[in-house]
Amino acid sequence: MFAIVWKDMAAELRSRELLGAMLVFALLVILIFNFALELSLRTMETVTAGVLWVTFTFAGTLGLNRSMSIEKDRGCLDGLLLAPVDRSALYFGKALGNLIFMFIVEAIVLPIFSMLYGVNLFNPMLLVVILLGSLGYVAVGTLLASMAVQARTRDVLLPILLFPIVLPIVVAAVKASNGILQGFAMAEIWPWLNIMIAYDVIFVAVAFMVFDYVVEE
Amino acid sequence: MDPMPKTLKALSWLTGALLIAALYMVWIYAPREAVMGDVQRVFYFHVAVGWVGMLAFLATAAAGVIYLLRGELRWDRLALSSVEIGVVFILVNIVTGSIWARAVWGTWWTWDPRLVTATIMELIYVAYLMLRQGIDDPNRRARFGAVYGIFGFISVPITFLSIRLLRTIHPVVFGGESTVDGSFNMEPEMLQAFMFSLLTFTFVFVTLLWHRFRLQTRTEQLEQRKMSALSE
Repeated sequence: MFAIVWKDMAAELRSRELLGAMLVFALLVILIFNFALELSLRTMETVTAGVLWVTFTFAGTLGLNRSMSIEKDRGCLDGLLLAPVDRSALYFGKALGNLIFMFIVEAIVLPIFSMLYGVNLFNPMLLVVILLGSLGYVAVGTLLASMAVQARTRDVLLPILLFPIVLPIVVAAVKASNGILQGFAMAEIWPWLNIMIAYDVIFVAVAFMVFDYVVEE
Repeated sequence: MDPMPKTLKALSWLTGALLIAALYMVWIYAPREAVMGDVQRVFYFHVAVGWVGMLAFLATAAAGVIYLLRGELRWDRLALSSVEIGVVFILVNIVTGSIWARAVWGTWWTWDPRLVTATIMELIYVAYLMLRQGIDDPNRRARFGAVYGIFGFISVPITFLSIRLLRTIHPVVFGGESTVDGSFNMEPEMLQAFMFSLLTFTFVFVTLLWHRFRLQTRTEQLEQRKMSALSE
């Protein structure tokens, strides 16, 4: 499992194509939002959480698609399947790799976002929310991406498959982030955190159970 | 070519008769609701088709699980047939709800939890159909369909729960004192008409599912014959 993570990291370190694309894309999304919503300091307070999560969701889709199509295109997936390891190790390896990429992108986007809009996003609770949100997103995304790349219409398929399924965690993440940024009491934020935790647990477990069927030839 | 089973033929006629009886129950037997007027009658069908939609998606998820365990393609045919029925019925559910909302809430659409959840559910299963369209190999198509059907079915209640935390204006007919616009107390005749409508639409679902399943079986047989004829 760690070998797969390591392989993805090493490949990325040499080519830097995935992270670069995700980052530039994320910044472009923020830029577009700036003009689309005419963000000002007054409106910022209420929409920051939303803009942030839309950015992560879109950039994440790009990353997931790329990460799986690399495997598919060069026949790496078949090679990996031949390896004498448990299939679930493959899934967790790919998911962990995707999660790390997502974290890196988030780690770069957050300070830039704070700087551009003068909101301090370095709140430990917010980081927990981002962690939980990204986990659920990647758990579902990795599985669906490995299905999408095997279909004919693969580039357009992933977002269509992914967005309705990850909607609950995105909603919960936006609400929790918003509550934290606006300084609500923890009692109001907990229900959202609970939903995110439940979602993460359920979907990691289900994805783990069905991944075998997705890669089987 | 196997002939249509007798049970199915009888079931189809029975369903047709039930539908006519349901129309009578809804339009004539049930009393006019005092506040909302005749538009309230949409409720009998609205809830019934919503129920069928949910039932259809449950059947899809269940058939998906069985397919993954046993690997028999007929379960996949069942799942596909069920999804198509579900998509149509949930669409009817949304449209009838919208008609009612226009009269009672004064708007075609609001971002209410139930409405959003129904729409997301519809989108999930449209995505399911698109996923299937993009895959040629029948076994792989069946496996992916099963996986996505299960994922979708788990996601829907969480979506509902997560948006429910916001606030709802959708009337709750059973259980709980609801004070939102559009709630009403049911007369016994209304309850009877409602229950009858639920029963009728459950029959409609089973009948359609059976017909659709047979159609799918035939389609696949035809595909196979075409393939074998072409390869000769």
